[in-house]
Amino acid sequence: MTSSGRVIGDVLLQVDNISLSFGGVRALTDVSFDIRQHEIGAIIGPNGAGKSSMLNCINGFYHPQAGTITYKGMARKQMRPHEAAAQGVARTFQNIALFKGMTVLDNIMTGRLLKMRQNFFMQALYWGPAQREEIKHREHVERIIDFLEIQAIRKMPAGRLPYGLQKRVELGRALAAEPDLLLLDEPMAGMNVEEKEDMCRFILDVNDEFGTTIVLIEHDMGVVMDISDRVVVLDYGRKIADGKPDDVRSDQRVIDAYLGVSH
Amino acid sequence: MRMAADTFPKLLLANAVNRGTRPAIREKDYGIWQTWTWAQVLVQVREIAAGLAAVGLKRGDKLAVVGDNRPQLYWAMAAGQCVGAIPVPVYQDAVADEMAFVIDHAETRIAVAEDQEQVDKLLVIRRKYPTLATIIFKDPRGMRHYADSGLLSLEDLQARGREFLASHPGFFEEEIGKSKGGDVSVMLYTSGTTGQPKGVMLTYDNVVVSARNAIAFDRVTADEEVLAYLPMAWVGDHMYSYAESYVAGFCLSCPESGATVLADLREIGPTFFFAPPRIYENILTSVSIRMEDAGWLKRKMYHVFMDVARRAGIRILDGKTVSLGDRFLYWLGEFLVYGPLKNMLGLSRMRLGYTAGEAIGPDIFDFYRSLGLNLKQLYGMTETSVFICMQPDGQIKPDTVGVPAPEVQINIADNGEVLVKSPGVFVTYYKNEKATAEAKTADGWVHTGDAGFFDADGHLKIIDRAKDVGRLNEGTLFAPKYIENKLKFFSYIKEAVAFGDGRDYAAAFINIDLAAVGNWAERNGLAYASYQELAAKAEVYDLLQECVEKVNRDLAADPRLAGSQIKRFLLLHKELDAADGELTRTRKVRRRFVADRYTSLIDGLYGDADHAHIETSVTFEDGRKGIVKAELAIRDAARMAPAAEPLRKAS
Repeated sequence: MTSSGRVIGDVLLQVDNISLSFGGVRALTDVSFDIRQHEIGAIIGPNGAGKSSMLNCINGFYHPQAGTITYKGMARKQMRPHEAAAQGVARTFQNIALFKGMTVLDNIMTGRLLKMRQNFFMQALYWGPAQREEIKHREHVERIIDFLEIQAIRKMPAGRLPYGLQKRVELGRALAAEPDLLLLDEPMAGMNVEEKEDMCRFILDVNDEFGTTIVLIEHDMGVVMDISDRVVVLDYGRKIADGKPDDVRSDQRVIDAYLGVSH
Repeated sequence: MRMAADTFPKLLLANAVNRGTRPAIREKDYGIWQTWTWAQVLVQVREIAAGLAAVGLKRGDKLAVVGDNRPQLYWAMAAGQCVGAIPVPVYQDAVADEMAFVIDHAETRIAVAEDQEQVDKLLVIRRKYPTLATIIFKDPRGMRHYADSGLLSLEDLQARGREFLASHPGFFEEEIGKSKGGDVSVMLYTSGTTGQPKGVMLTYDNVVVSARNAIAFDRVTADEEVLAYLPMAWVGDHMYSYAESYVAGFCLSCPESGATVLADLREIGPTFFFAPPRIYENILTSVSIRMEDAGWLKRKMYHVFMDVARRAGIRILDGKTVSLGDRFLYWLGEFLVYGPLKNMLGLSRMRLGYTAGEAIGPDIFDFYRSLGLNLKQLYGMTETSVFICMQPDGQIKPDTVGVPAPEVQINIADNGEVLVKSPGVFVTYYKNEKATAEAKTADGWVHTGDAGFFDADGHLKIIDRAKDVGRLNEGTLFAPKYIENKLKFFSYIKEAVAFGDGRDYAAAFINIDLAAVGNWAERNGLAYASYQELAAKAEVYDLLQECVEKVNRDLAADPRLAGSQIKRFLLLHKELDAADGELTRTRKVRRRFVADRYTSLIDGLYGDADHAHIETSVTFEDGRKGIVKAELAIRDAARMAPAAEPLRKAS
């Protein structure tokens, strides 16, 4: 399904020789890979392999000690998260980071904040241009609500929703920013089979409808192999494989990393 | 242009002229109610109709319509009718195999589907039945890369329709002019509990005249607000949403999604609401739960004023005399409790509510009526364009379905079966002469399959399926389901099985409801360790005996059923279970199977002993099997003398 008629473009994100350590702990060592436009790329690996650290480097939350990240043709050593966001990188988190007391609608609306131009007072007065702006953004948010089929929970506080739906709302908030690159940190962790299937459907649809490039971290091998175009495998902070799902699946080093091997 | 509006296409033209600027249909989309006027609907239908003609839909073809209640799908039905095709709405939650039967049987070549979910099913079906050449979809999401032939978005279809109209001006009006009242307007497949579904063919005359009569009966106006949320393939939705909105000209509202119906209900505030008993039950349950969770004051107020409502509300609604004090309390209750509650539920504007499909529990029915909501029952079936009996305002009884609808004749056959002749009686089942002959006599009487009789006020009372109704040895009608339902309306009774056909008297097995009886036992300091132990307690038998005797009192009130009062009963030592084959998966009792399995208990019921011995095999949750032995007590229940005149109201 994933590759039916979709055009994979040029390299959107190039990661070169990234190394990251926290004191004496080496989280990432000399990792390089690239992600192309419209692609769904997966980063997999056992616990502690450095997957989340890698995502955090990409969206500027961590600053690697060595290596460069080239995004949209611009090489950089350091970037702050809000700069990354302004350049079209959005993400979701492994442990959901929604505003629990706010409604689903408002949570997704926060994803539009970077696109709002009116100042605080105009927004508070809800007058003239501020009103027009809010209506425009609300319309966009409603399209996302429709897309994710969460109309029924539009006005519910996010904290009261079951886990699977919170994950969906978080995806909605990331989508509200109209990202070019969407980073998903374990979008399906803790879900049952049906919720996973729904989420897969949404990820494929996002990629398809909006042309969004997606990098995801996931533990469920079935899911990864089904929906990604390419898979990067990390183990102990090093890249041990990179390629199409089928190639990666049969790679001896990947099998060893997952099943363990006696040294 | 003047012509008698006897078909939906003609009605559409008339509505677009007479009330062109009035809203015709609404849908909540992107969080906002979008509205189309009758004039706008005409434009849409014209384009879709021309588009369908452009892709090859011919007069007499069947057009499948699959999806949730969406304006575009209602338009597709009308558009099909405009070019002389016969719409076949299909249950949207059917799996591909079930859908395949209808698509194949109806020889559908073109289908209009809502979204990817439905299109995927239709594509699977098409592999087996390649005659389904064209599939049109409303929502293109997820189908950008579908390369299948004959797949077309509704937008593209409308664009082709516009081209077609440019080269064929006058086509649309000409085609509409050809439609006649006697043409088949729609084909509705009955879900069919046994065997394959049957395609019921209804003409415009059937549907339009029936709708017109129902509208007159309840004085339905063009200003009603109606929510369309029941499956489009169900005759109830077809009559109430589609037919009546075209005939009366009121506005139909389509909810945002299946999950938002209750919220949308509140926003629309329908004046006219139609729902199966299940929906009323769900609403009541959610109210009860929320009231139990509410603060002390609210809870107290709710209980106090609901008592007032039960005492006075229904009498006020029916225009009977009520004491001044109760009138004042009810007025106060309306202000403090009923009004806000109705507002909360979206029912404050409800002028007319109907329930149909199955028996509604009297408690549920009375709850709504006591709030001042004019909830009524009707009796009907697909084969008669719904309307057989309806309850007139002010003459509502919980256990009858009302008087015959206008122009409906009813006959009761010797075996108790209700026979119907009406303007709504269907033509035939599509390609099924055998079934048609079984369901309809040569002179147009339909066998409903239900047994019933008229009470003293001329209201029809449905008691059971005709094939299940038997007779006691002395000749009294014995309607097992009627008795079982009466028993099951008590919260203490979960399941009941009544026996009596070919016997000297009626008797029953009863399954207690563990939650309700367990709760009662706790409140009364009765200790128990298991279902079996609880069901065997003498105190529990006493409790249930009261229920049985109340049912007997009810039965005694009816001279025809008085003889079938329950003489002896017992409480089963285990719950009837689908895993043991005693219930179907939909939780219906398999009476014959139960009778065979518990022969010794039935012998006990029809013997003299005050107990019976039983050994049964049971299947445990983990699949193991075991034997349960029990000694069950048998009780005699008091039987009441048949009432010569209507029984005094219990005070």
